[in-house]
Amino acid sequence: MQSSLNRGTVYGTLLNHRDALAALGAAASEPPYKVPPKAPVLYIKPRNTWLAAGEAIVVPAGVIELEMGATLGLVIGRTACRVSEAQALSFVVGYVIVNDVSVPHASYYRPSLRFKARDTFCPIGPFVPRDAVGSPDALAISVAIDGETVHRCSTVGLIRPVARLLAEVSEFMTLVPGDVLSVGVAAGAPRARAGQRVSVGIDGLGVLSNPLVNEAVGT
Amino acid sequence: MKRVARVAFGGAIHFATEHARGVQLADGRVLAETQVVWLPPIEAGTIIALGINYADHAKELAKELTVGAQDEPLAFLKAPNTLIGHRGFTRRPRDASFMHYECELAVVIGRAAKNVKRADALSFVAGYTVANDYAVRDYLENWYRPNLRVKNRDGCTALGPWLVAAADVPDPHALALRTFVNGTLTQQGNTRDLINDVPALIEYLSSFMTLSPGDVILTGTPEGVVNVNPGDEVVCEIDGIGRLVNTLVGDEAFGR
Repeated sequence: MQSSLNRGTVYGTLLNHRDALAALGAAASEPPYKVPPKAPVLYIKPRNTWLAAGEAIVVPAGVIELEMGATLGLVIGRTACRVSEAQALSFVVGYVIVNDVSVPHASYYRPSLRFKARDTFCPIGPFVPRDAVGSPDALAISVAIDGETVHRCSTVGLIRPVARLLAEVSEFMTLVPGDVLSVGVAAGAPRARAGQRVSVGIDGLGVLSNPLVNEAVGT
Repeated sequence: MKRVARVAFGGAIHFATEHARGVQLADGRVLAETQVVWLPPIEAGTIIALGINYADHAKELAKELTVGAQDEPLAFLKAPNTLIGHRGFTRRPRDASFMHYECELAVVIGRAAKNVKRADALSFVAGYTVANDYAVRDYLENWYRPNLRVKNRDGCTALGPWLVAAADVPDPHALALRTFVNGTLTQQGNTRDLINDVPALIEYLSSFMTLSPGDVILTGTPEGVVNVNPGDEVVCEIDGIGRLVNTLVGDEAFGR
């Protein structure tokens, strides 16, 4: 199913899973970070990264494996500016599966766009209307590589549950219909390489599946 | 010299060009600059901004940077919620102690660019405009710098007034930039001092991301950023490109 909305801006959230932040350990309080994040850590997946189900994720030359960042995307249905936590979900028209692909990198200080904004690095999956899904804060997520489940996580216990995340983000930036806000990737995101197929499944949303191919030589 | 603006007037959006008495709409009407509402001169696609792309600005910020020398351009992304046009109003949050402008040359892409070489890069440019890319430094955190709360705020990136065709800018690396706050000169620079010049940025970015028509590259700002307050008028100008006016307003204007 497709949403009738034109896609706007796709925002990603980082370190919104307790295990993802915990995985940094003491480093989160040391340079270059100095202190753990206070506000939501956000980034943008630009339009060149967007990919439909079934299309190929391109593994750049010189890179062996890519990180598969399975996450839930909130699709905004009406203009959301300074929304309250109590009202936040009423601004969501539905959900999509997002595979936020990255070249693996260690630092969250000022990561290069080369790691997250490459062409094909954001497969976005089936759209499901909000009311067809239960609580967005209780969805199981799984990642399979070539049919074998290699990673399981969920949206349970996020540092900022969906409504709170939307409230805090809309405090300083207005989200408009068609914008997508993903809620974050859990610790231990699996990796995949060219020749493999990655499938991200979320309860009630279905499966988003994409093959990985090597970058053509000479392009 | 062909400079084109997008303006709202009389209930519609128009293309407009320069006129001795202000602007002329495509339908022939001539209006004063203050009679129209200026929109960003393009409907922007992906907005890419450069941090620390002038050597003097790098020195200016040195004390707060926790990571030093870089081996590639410091590029980050912005979204359309940030854009406003010439003569627009930008909110300064009450709790901010240091909010500053950044006068920047904005490069608008004219055709799809992937793996473009430096020598060909300028042929992918549709034109240029002026950007004033505000930052609220109080909100700076060391996670995904510069974080969106600093750099992706509603209405904090003024763009305009005009899109100047690339053909009318023979050398984009010989343009003087200036910022005036309430008429006082506070920032000066020249695009000849860009660390990564326009062809280098297009070559770099297009090596991993396809640039499309309407994508915009904000090339960074030189030294001379100072705090601004509600009521201040900030004018960013670039020789041959334009003079972009913006006014700061307080939270009250937004019912906060």
